[in-house]
Amino acid sequence: MGMQSDLARVRHLGSAKEGTHHWWAQRLTAIALVPLSLWFIWQAISLGGLDWVAYKAWISHPANTLLMVMFVVAVFHHMQLGLQVVVEDYVHGEGAKITLLVLNKLLAVLLGGSCILSILKVAFGG
Amino acid sequence: MATGERPLSPHLQVYRWQITMLLSITHRITGVGLSVGALVLTYWLAAAAYGPGAFERAQSFLNSWFGILLLLGWTFAIFFHLCNGIRHLFWDAGSGFEMSQVRASGWAVIIASVGLTVLVWAIGFGMMGGA
Ligand code: HEM
Repeated sequence: MGMQSDLARVRHLGSAKEGTHHWWAQRLTAIALVPLSLWFIWQAISLGGLDWVAYKAWISHPANTLLMVMFVVAVFHHMQLGLQVVVEDYVHGEGAKITLLVLNKLLAVLLGGSCILSILKVAFGG
Repeated sequence: MATGERPLSPHLQVYRWQITMLLSITHRITGVGLSVGALVLTYWLAAAAYGPGAFERAQSFLNSWFGILLLLGWTFAIFFHLCNGIRHLFWDAGSGFEMSQVRASGWAVIIASVGLTVLVWAIGFGMMGGA
């Protein structure tokens, strides 16, 4: 015997109306970020003192282009999900909460998108 | 909603500090700190897309004392959050819940994240100084 109403049991979505999707996406992006951030740190050590020409040579290498794009996607998706939980925990006014949650999503897409554009521009630019 | 009259649970400051709560709040703080790091990453990539001059300014900002401080903080934050994140993932998989294990894995996270931060910066300085 469960504690849920029949409707809740049919929908399988719980009180947040989205089931386990948020939780699951947070874990998936976390798992992806383990190898990706270790790779990025390793690369960043050697990129530290480099000039633009060396950066272009690095980012133009297909493996580096791909991994940088994947790293950025994982970081911004994971960050958006994580900051959402922080906002939901600390911001109680409904208006302020919705505003911050929308802002969080928009900024994550905007900044993540601009990172990808920046990567591709140098990687494929003349 | 009359929230003012509800009984409150004891405030945080009545509890003795324990490693478990320290690591829990540090995971959140590093998560938010790494979000600031994502802004710096955005700036760095955008500067490279803008051109050699902008990229050079970004590199010299990151090589200033303030930039080094940011990068040092970022390195510790990512290693801590990564190691403690793996600890979280083990819990999510249902293991490591005995109090003795929780404390031991907590200490392992602290030692590993400090150790890895020192290691990475030793390698970084070694490559710059040695080059
Ligand atoms: C630069 C990259 C990263 C950023 C910006 C970031 C950001 C965040 C934020 C803001 C949170 C929410 C914190 C909270 O609710 O208290 C979070 C949670 C989490 N992060 Fe990350 N994180 C990053 C990298 C990683 C990595 C590499 C891992 C590796 C395992 C990871 C694993 C986790 C896990 C498991 C949680 C959920 C913890 C919980 O259940 O409370 N994160 N992250």
